[in-house]
This record gives sequence, C-alpha cells and structure tokens, in this order.
Amino acid sequence: MDTADLGGTAGWGPVVAPGDVEPEPPFGQRWEGRAFALTVLTMGRVSGRNLDAFRYALSRLDRSAYLDDGYYGRWLHAAEQMLTDSAVLAPGAVQARARRLRGEELAEPPVPEPARPDYAPTAPGSLRRLARAPRFATGDPVRPLAEAPAPAAKLPRYLRGRAGVVTAVRPPHVLPDTHAVFAGEHPQHVYGVAFAARELWGDGAEDATVHADLFESHLEPR
Amino acid sequence: MTPDPAGPPGPSLRTEALEELLVERGLVDRAVLDGFVRTYEQDVGPLNGATVVARAWTDPGYRAWLLYDGTAAIASLGFTGPQGEHMVVLEQTADVHHVVVCTLCSCYPWPVLGLPPSWYKDPAYRARVVREPRTVLAEMGLDVPRERRIEVWDSSAEVRYLTLPRRPAGTAGLPAEELAALVTRDAIVGVAEVAAR
Repeated sequence: MDTADLGGTAGWGPVVAPGDVEPEPPFGQRWEGRAFALTVLTMGRVSGRNLDAFRYALSRLDRSAYLDDGYYGRWLHAAEQMLTDSAVLAPGAVQARARRLRGEELAEPPVPEPARPDYAPTAPGSLRRLARAPRFATGDPVRPLAEAPAPAAKLPRYLRGRAGVVTAVRPPHVLPDTHAVFAGEHPQHVYGVAFAARELWGDGAEDATVHADLFESHLEPR
Repeated sequence: MTPDPAGPPGPSLRTEALEELLVERGLVDRAVLDGFVRTYEQDVGPLNGATVVARAWTDPGYRAWLLYDGTAAIASLGFTGPQGEHMVVLEQTADVHHVVVCTLCSCYPWPVLGLPPSWYKDPAYRARVVREPRTVLAEMGLDVPRERRIEVWDSSAEVRYLTLPRRPAGTAGLPAEELAALVTRDAIVGVAEVAAR
C-alpha cells in the first residue's frame, strides 16, 4: 500500500473546491466510463471479484501510473496489471493494440495461456461471520503495529504505532493481507479506532479526532 | 526500439485497446459494458442519498433507525449494491462536524452517492483532510465554527460512511421531495452544509 497510502503526506497544494467543479458528471470523458466498466467486469474474470487484489494492484503502481491520468487512469493501469499477472493478456498487449489503433504498424504479442489464480471467494462481498469473540471491546486502548505486517495490509502509515481507543466493533471482514494475494480469506474482527489529531501530528496540530477501521491482527493492547 | 514521436498511447487509446482485446477473447460483452456504464451514469447517484436524508428529516422513526443501523434503513428504500455492504450514518450537530475520506484509495458509498466526485479522489484531499481538516474544509468553502468539534472518518476497511446533514432553517413544512432537492453529495460527505434555497 505504498503509492496509494496518502494520509498526512505533504506537497499536494490546495484541495479542489466542490463549487468549482459541481455539477460534475460521473465520467468526465467517455474513456473513463469504459475504463470503469471494463475494470469492474474483468475483475471477476481474474479473481472472483477480489476487490483487495485490485486495491493491491493499485497500490503497486508507480507514481506516474497512479497519478498522471487521474482516478480511472489508475484503474486502467491496475486492471491491465491484474490481467497481465494472470496471463489473460500478454505483457505489452494493450500498448501494442493502442499503437495499432492510431495507425502504427507493429506485431502484437501472441495470446498467452491464462494462468488465473485457482481461487474463489467463499461468499459474495467482503464481510463474513466469525464464531470467535472479538479480542477488543469499545473503550479499549489499542495501538496499531509499527510496521505493516504484509505488503497488502490496509494499515495506513500515519496511524502505525499511534495510541488509539476502540470506539466500535465492526462486522468481520476478509483479511486483505492474504486475500489480496489469493492466499485465503482469514476473516477477522475489525474495529473502529479513534485517534486524537495531536497524537498523530504533534502538539501544533488542529484539534480533531480521526477515526479509522482497523483489523484485529494489526492492533495491540496498550 | 524505434523512435516514438507520438509518445506512449494515452488512456483513451489504451481503454479502447483493452476493450477490443477483451471483446475479441469473449471475456467482455459490449452490450453488458454499455449497460454497466449507463447504470452508473443514470441510476446510481447522489439522488439516492438525498432521498435518505430527506426521509430522515421528515420521519423521526426512520431517522432513529438510520442512525442505529444505516445499512438496513438505506436498504429499505431500495438502495443496495457494491460498496454498500455496511454503511454507518453520522449525525451532524451543533457540537460536532463529521467529514469522510479514504486515504488509501477513494472508497465511497456508491449505492447512496454514486461514484465519487473529483475532489474526493484528489490526492490533496486524501492526504490533507486527516491532518488539517478545519483548514481543508475552509478551502472547500465550509467554515466550521471554532466551538464545533471535527471528527474525520477514514474509510480504511469496508465500512462506508455518510453524514446526516443538519436540516436548514426555514424549511419547516416542506415535503420530503422538495427537501431532497436541497441536499447535495458534498453535504452528505461532510464538506458542505445544506442551504435553504
């Protein structure tokens, strides 16, 4: 979750004021709608709609692929990445076809033998039932791990190692750490955890509370 | 490599290329693709969320249910689907202002608000609103009074958040449909307030 993990990072400049862009259509350009639909529809082809695998693909894009063509631009890159990883498409196939579409003459790579992961979710969606009781309860003081325990873990950097308090017990989720890499759902309890802004950003911070939903194995009691 | 005066193909061409490749392979049906795009252009949008808010403003029983079990109360109006498995509704009050973000991607409650607007997906919003929410909200046109606490909700797992905005003064007696027309997605995400016309 490196490229995508933006919370608290500096150097972005001013935000976009909604009044300057509203009313805004869902897709500003035709290709954005096509890229959105292609991504959602092909995700099922690769991975049984494994949203975590898609998010993990997004997070592994380099900065240029992530940022240069905006939100649906990064979707397009991540979809290509997943289709290439599972050998539904050959590396370079999209690029070659795109060049042919604009009139260049070049050979396209041969269609590979697909190597889709032998993996299917046990149920639709990301929520599961768990027989075991939650480890933490509302009011418990907790601290997220200081390091992400797996490359696909959803543990924002700005929260790692910071003191928080459990404020809600959420429904159990499949665990992105393993699910995103097709290594099992391993559902876990998830907690709403509150952090004082000063704990995150220091004494000069604006007075606020930041809430995030965090996985049980990413939290330690404190 | 041959010289490349035109540069690498841009996203529009690459999208067209990907679509052709998948259609040729029988992995995507163009009619299904067209229908999918249309659904998100026409049917799934912020109007659903505005309907939820207006109902809560006019029906105290619904309001209590919405705040207790957002997912079920929203589903009762027919709004379900991807990115809405578990929705939590946060009540804006005179004492606390809630604002929603996703710092890791751009997670957003699609069934009630449609696809996220550009400002929500913008790296500056994702990076800064967890660090300096009052400043960011002011840049977006919302000055939160000093005495009002700010709570920022980072949608870092599968819970999706929306706020129940405060009903504007001067709207007593308006029917739900007219109230819904006042409610914006910006207000439901928490970067604006609802204004009476």
